[in-house]
Amino acid sequence: MSTTTATRPAATRVSGRTRPLAGTGTLLRFNLRQDRIRLPLWIGGIALVQISGPSSYEGIYPGAAERQEQATVVGDNPAMKALTGPGHGLDDYTYGAMMTNEYLGFMVIAVALMSVFMVVRHTRTEEETGRAELVRAGVVGRYAQLTAAVLAAALANLVLGLLIAAGMAGQGIESIDWTGSLLFGAAYAAVGLFFAGVAAVTAQITEHARAASGMAGALIGVAYAIRAAGDMADSGLSWLSPIGWAQATAAYVDDNWWPLGLAAMVTAALVATAFALSDRRDIGAGLRDGRGGAATATPFLGTPAGFAWRLHRASVVWWGIAVFAFGFMYGSVIQVIEDYADNDVVQQMIEQIGGASITESWLSMIISILAIVCTIFAVIAALRPRREETSGRAEPVLATALSRTRWVATHLGIALGGGAVVLLLSGLGLGLGAVAATGDAGYLGQVVGATLGYAPALWLTTALAVAVFGLVPRAAGLSWALLVYAMLIVYLGGLLDLPGWMFNLSPYTHIPAMPADSFTALPLVILTAIAAALIAIGLAGFRRRDLEAT
Amino acid sequence: MSAVLVSGLRKNFGATRALDGLDLRVETGEVHGFLGPNGAGKTTTIRILLGLQRADGGTATLLGGDPWRNAVDLHRRIAYVPGDVNLWPNLTGGEAIDLLGRLRGGLNSERRAELIERFDLDPRKKGRAYSKGNRQKVALIAALASDVELLILDEPTSGLDPLMEVVFQDYIRQAKEAGKTVLLSSHILAQVEKLCDRISIIRLGKVVQSGTLAEMRHLTRTTIEADTATPVTGLADLPGVHHVEATDQRIRFAVDGAHLDEAIKALSRFGIRSLTSQPPTLEELMLRHYGDELRANGVDEQVSA
Ligand SMILES: Nc1ncnc2c1ncn2[C@@H]1O[C@H](COP(=O)(O)OP(=O)(O)O)[C@@H](O)[C@H]1O
Ligand SMILES: [Mg+2]
Repeated sequence: MSTTTATRPAATRVSGRTRPLAGTGTLLRFNLRQDRIRLPLWIGGIALVQISGPSSYEGIYPGAAERQEQATVVGDNPAMKALTGPGHGLDDYTYGAMMTNEYLGFMVIAVALMSVFMVVRHTRTEEETGRAELVRAGVVGRYAQLTAAVLAAALANLVLGLLIAAGMAGQGIESIDWTGSLLFGAAYAAVGLFFAGVAAVTAQITEHARAASGMAGALIGVAYAIRAAGDMADSGLSWLSPIGWAQATAAYVDDNWWPLGLAAMVTAALVATAFALSDRRDIGAGLRDGRGGAATATPFLGTPAGFAWRLHRASVVWWGIAVFAFGFMYGSVIQVIEDYADNDVVQQMIEQIGGASITESWLSMIISILAIVCTIFAVIAALRPRREETSGRAEPVLATALSRTRWVATHLGIALGGGAVVLLLSGLGLGLGAVAATGDAGYLGQVVGATLGYAPALWLTTALAVAVFGLVPRAAGLSWALLVYAMLIVYLGGLLDLPGWMFNLSPYTHIPAMPADSFTALPLVILTAIAAALIAIGLAGFRRRDLEAT
Repeated sequence: MSAVLVSGLRKNFGATRALDGLDLRVETGEVHGFLGPNGAGKTTTIRILLGLQRADGGTATLLGGDPWRNAVDLHRRIAYVPGDVNLWPNLTGGEAIDLLGRLRGGLNSERRAELIERFDLDPRKKGRAYSKGNRQKVALIAALASDVELLILDEPTSGLDPLMEVVFQDYIRQAKEAGKTVLLSSHILAQVEKLCDRISIIRLGKVVQSGTLAEMRHLTRTTIEADTATPVTGLADLPGVHHVEATDQRIRFAVDGAHLDEAIKALSRFGIRSLTSQPPTLEELMLRHYGDELRANGVDEQVSA
């Protein structure tokens, strides 16, 4: 302590107690500086995918006739409605209408994630690491940190909205005018801001950055699911979802600004709630007080496997419940799909496309999405050793008689085995939902088998994370790239008419899409073998490298 | 046999040279102080000794084994307390103590109970609820309750209050009596002074001094204040005498350890009435080694603070 060279406080200092916002400007600049690499990547990536949308659609649907054909595909099929949106402007399905209906509802998830991560990073993460205490001990007002975090997120969303508006309108594509583009960009920003507000609230409630992000992330999922269910059944349910509001603007069709006014009001209420909550707790604490726990460890906790299980237990349970519910929700709407499939014309159209029944095609697609969602759990679990390493908690553990390989293996076992269990639960949910809705017990086995078939793809993605952890630990975050890519392929691949090799890069493409396709074992064996090789590489790399210190 | 034997150890982090040919020898059964300012390379040395990082050059032997290759076997015989203890937010302190102890091969439950009592730790709190000092206590209790040959402690008391510091010193003495070896890194000079048999001073990745406290005192200056019958003259001309301040019958000066005898002989000719001598503290010892650098940076007052 005594040898640190402390920086002298600046000359003009006013007590932070009297000015709750003191220091906000400095903190805002500091936040933006911390994000100077990350943020442009997020904004640039999202804008790029969105802005390239209209021109690629020009290639796929060159004329009005092709666009109207697409309008019947996305407009009549409830499953497609669940994936895309409510379908404004289907009568005259312009490129603009297509963007609002097919791109907006899915792409705003990325903006929401960006905002959540940003706000949590600058609030709860700072508190959890204790850095906030240092900052607040300086002359910084009570509200400065939260204000600066929300402002930084607002700025990011504003820039993103303007970038998208200019990028869309600037292409001079028919129907994509400036008025519509400004509203379109504003819809992006509105969803981003809404979830910045959500994160500001969750960051007050829990003591852990991960839990705060997790809660806010779960709410993004809920917002998406509500919109999907609402649009599918044409009920007013979508009005409960901020994603529904964004699409209710009907940008490029009716250009309604007022749904964004609704979004702005709710966002303001969220932010106000966050500030009110922040008054009711101490720095570093959550709203809920921790109770006393066990004074000694159970015998199981003292073993390497028991230790790892304890760290993952809550996550496995919550993920299991969530994906089961998610699957069940999708399964229970299968009746809508079946009714729709009874229509002869539609039947012909779908069979031409896939060679399978529309219900089967729909199930296959839902299963591939569930598989990717379950992989998120597995990758988080596989990267746990990295978080232990960077937080400094790995150091005393690896200074015991626990070997590095065994330590990683315990976490990996939970990632791979737990991942398969979570996958199974999502399949059970989907299957049981379908059985409940149709009374046809045959769905259960079919769906569960098809879902479990994705285990090798889940393992491969997880194994890639382990390899990155072992070889280039600083790039561990990159492990997510494959998953994001796979998700984009599932959502946009069909719409964009991408070349075959781009599909082949995703491991999920290689899994037989049961029940629409039939089962083949070879790809599963190959993916599993690649996964095993990646794990071996990762473990060998980790044995050879330095443990990184904090 | 030496418990720790390091020679010519080198380690770079990119352009930063953390260790630059470090030599260190810790004999079995001694409490060895590893003393140096922040950034000197103490933690890096310890991490290499624990096989958590690999040296770029030089050799290190720990309890007769290779710290990198025999890591797991050696760790059964070592307990380690990191400088910055981070605990699992959802595990209680008691659980963390047991966990670390059992992963090492078990701990003595009576000692565990006694340590929790003496260190005044509430073992039922979750990791996130502990202050820095309490997190450090958790790691200390886990280490001290294990029956190991070597304790490696990296600035273990930087978050403890003075009362707990005393408890800590008690246990280190106990460990020494039980024949254990202790490597104690610190930049808190008083702590090292009280506990250690031998000291190695590290600076910029190199050990610049190593030996017993007595040997080091020999290298340092003692400050003498005396009242004499007649005014003292000519003392400033003697070799090794510095900073002479004389007023009539009172004199104050500093003298190098090697020239103490001559200076006192010279002084006694003027009839010593009273004499006080201040033995050099480790602070002064450090200041002599880093003095130039510290004075250049204008921070010397902070070291002695
Ligand atoms: N992982 C690392 N990456 C980069 N530099 C490091 C790393 N670990 C230590 N250093 C640098 O090496 C030097 C020695 O650090 P350290 O061993 O932690 O010193 P001490 O423990 O004596 O304070 C410092 O300059 C520090 O900044
Ligand atoms: Mg250190």
